Amino acid sequence: MEHVTQLLLILVILANLFVLGSHPLGACIRAVALQGIALGLLPLFLHAEERSVHLVFLSIGMIGLKGFLLPGLLFRAIRDAALRKEQEPLIGFNTALVLGAGLIGLGFAIAAKLPLPPGTAASIVVPVALATVMMGLLVIVTRGKILSQALGYIMLENGIFTFGLILVKGLPGLIETGVLLDIFAGVFIMGTVIEHINREFGSISAYKLSNLKE
Amino acid sequence: MTIWLLILIPAILAGLSLAIKSNVSRPWVLVVAAVAHSSLVARIWFLGSFPSSGTYLLLDPAGKMVLGLISLLFLAGSFYAVGYLRRRVDRPNLTFVVSLLFFLSAMTVVTFSQHFGLLWVAIEATTLASAPLLYFNHNQRSLEATWKYLLICSVGIALALLGTFFLAMAETFNGPIENALLLPAMMARAGSMSVPWLHAAFIFLLVGYGTKMGLAPLHTWKPDAYGEAPGVVGFLLSGALTSCGFLALVRLTQVCQAAGQMDFARPLLILMGLLSMGVAAVFILGQTDYKRMLAYSSVEHMGILVLGLGMGGLATYGTWMHLLNNGLAKGILFLSAGNIHRHYKSKSVAQVKGVFHRLPLSGALFMAGFIAITGSPPFALFMSEFTILRGGVADGRWGVVAAYLGFLAVIFIGMARIVLSMVLGEPPKDETASGPKDSFLTTLSPCLLAAAVLLLGLFIPSWLNHAIESAAALVGGHS
Repeated sequence: MEHVTQLLLILVILANLFVLGSHPLGACIRAVALQGIALGLLPLFLHAEERSVHLVFLSIGMIGLKGFLLPGLLFRAIRDAALRKEQEPLIGFNTALVLGAGLIGLGFAIAAKLPLPPGTAASIVVPVALATVMMGLLVIVTRGKILSQALGYIMLENGIFTFGLILVKGLPGLIETGVLLDIFAGVFIMGTVIEHINREFGSISAYKLSNLKE
Repeated sequence: MTIWLLILIPAILAGLSLAIKSNVSRPWVLVVAAVAHSSLVARIWFLGSFPSSGTYLLLDPAGKMVLGLISLLFLAGSFYAVGYLRRRVDRPNLTFVVSLLFFLSAMTVVTFSQHFGLLWVAIEATTLASAPLLYFNHNQRSLEATWKYLLICSVGIALALLGTFFLAMAETFNGPIENALLLPAMMARAGSMSVPWLHAAFIFLLVGYGTKMGLAPLHTWKPDAYGEAPGVVGFLLSGALTSCGFLALVRLTQVCQAAGQMDFARPLLILMGLLSMGVAAVFILGQTDYKRMLAYSSVEHMGILVLGLGMGGLATYGTWMHLLNNGLAKGILFLSAGNIHRHYKSKSVAQVKGVFHRLPLSGALFMAGFIAITGSPPFALFMSEFTILRGGVADGRWGVVAAYLGFLAVIFIGMARIVLSMVLGEPPKDETASGPKDSFLTTLSPCLLAAAVLLLGLFIPSWLNHAIESAAALVGGHS
C-alpha cells in the first residue's frame, strides 16, 4: 500500500505546481478538485491495516466536499461573473513555478528537523503537507482575483489536512465534523462575499479593492 | 446546565429574532440576551463556582476572567446597539442582530473550551459570525474590509489548525493516548511531549491566534475592519474577540510552562509584543482617520498583553489587569467615536473639529477615553501598564523596558495630536456635516464604562483582585 500512498501524495504536489503554473482558472479549480479527491483517498491507504467505518466515512466526506462541492461553488461563481481566464498574477507563472519548487525543497528541509514518531514508516506526508501549505499561501499573496485567493485558501487547507491524516486515529470524530463544517461555512460565506463584490465592483479583482490603505 | 444556558440562550434568541418584523423593536432582543447572559455570569462570579459539563467544557480562572469581560462588554454594547440601530432604521438589521447573538454564543464556547480542537472550532466560529457585522453598511468600503477580514483571519485560523495538529503530534509521539489535546490531561503529561513538535506547534499557534488578536505583522485586517464597521462592532471586536484570541495564547502558554519550554516561548512572545507596539506607534503617528487610529491602538494593547504574558511574574499579573482595563476603555473610545462619526459623517481627522461644541458628552468621553487608553493616571490602565513595567524592571529586562516606554510615549504623542485637534477648535460652519446629537442610549454605556475604568484605577475590590491573581497564577504570574 505504501506505493499507492506515495503516488497520491505526488499527485497532491503536482496539482499545486499545476495551479502555480497555469493560466485558465477553470483548469486550476479542476486541479484542486483532483487534489481533494487524492486527499480523500489517502486515509484509506495511509491506515490500510485498519480500515474502519470511521475512515470510510471520512474519505467519502472529504471527496464529496473537496472534490465536488467546493469546486462546484467556485465554478458557479465563475459562471456568474462570466469569467474564464485572467488571473492577474503579481509574479509570472514561470517565476511562481520556480518559487514552488523552492518551497517543496523548504518543506523537506523543515520536515527533516521534525522527528517522526518511532514505529512510523518513513514517508513524505510531512514535507508534502508543509509544501502544500506554503504553496497555498503563495497563491493567496500573488494572485489578484479573489476567486484565485479562495482557491489558494482551499490549497492551504488541503495541505493542513494532508498532515492531519497522520493523526486521524487520535483525533475524536467530533472535531473532524467541526472542522469540515467550518470549512464549508467558511467557503460558503466567502462565496457570498464574492458574489457581493462582483455586484458592487463589477469585477472580482482584488486590485480594485484598494480604497482602504495607509 | 449553566454552561448550556449561556451558550444556547443567545442562539435561541437569534432564532426568535427572525420572527420580529420591525427594525425598531428587533434590536431589543440583544438587550434581552445580554441581560440574561450577564446575570448568569454574575451568578457564577457571585457564587465563586467553576461549572463544568463533561471534560471538554469547564470554566477555570482564566476562562472566568474572559467570560466575565465579554459578558460585561456585550451588555454595554447591546444598549448602545439599540440606540445606534434606531438611527439607522433605514437599514435592515436582521442579519446584524442574528450575527451578534451567534457571535456571543461562539465567544462563550471559547471561554469554556478545555480542548484545543474545540477551542479552534469555536474561534473559527467567532470569525464567521462576525464577518457579516462588518458588512452592515453594504458599501464598497465595508465589503473590501469584510473580504480582507475573512481572508486574513481564515488564513490565520488555518495556520492555528496546523499548529493544533502539531500539538497533537507532540502529544501522541510515543504512541496513542486517551484524551489527546485535552488541556488538563496534556498538562499532566507535558514532560513527555516531543519537544521539536511542541516548538513547531507553538510557532504556528502563536501566529494563527495572534492573527485573530491582531498582533503585527498579521494585524492588517484590523484598521480596515475597525475603520468600516459600526462603532459597536469595533468595540466588541477590539474588547471581547481579541480577548478570546488572548485566551487561546494563554492556553498555549500553560502547556509550554507545564512542558518546561518557557525559555523557548518567552522571547517569541516578547518579540511579538514589542513588534506590535512598534508597528502601532509608527502608524498612529501619521494617521488621518480616527477610527483607524483606534485600530492601531488596539494593535498596541494586544502587543502589551503578549509582552506581559511573555515576561511572567508580576508583569503577567499586570497583563490580566490590563486585559480587563483595555476592554472597558476600548468601549469608551469606540462608542464615542461612533457618535462623532454619525454626527460629522466623516472619519477624517481634518474634517472633525470642535466636538466639544457639537457633542459635549461624546467629546468629553472621547477625550477621557484617550487619557485612559494612553495609560495616564488616575485611570486603571495606568495601574496595569505600570505593573507590567515594574515586572520588567524587577526581572532586569532593561532593553524591553526601554522599548516599552519609548513606544508608549510615541503613541501618547501621536494620539494626543489627533484627539486634541478633534475635540478642540471651532466646529465647521457647514450645516450639512451635522447629524444626530447625543442620545441617552448612545452615551449611557460609554459613560458607565468610563466610570468603571476610573474606579478600577483608584480601587480594585478584593474579589476581583483574587480572580485576577488566580488567572495569572495559571501562567506563572503573581502579584
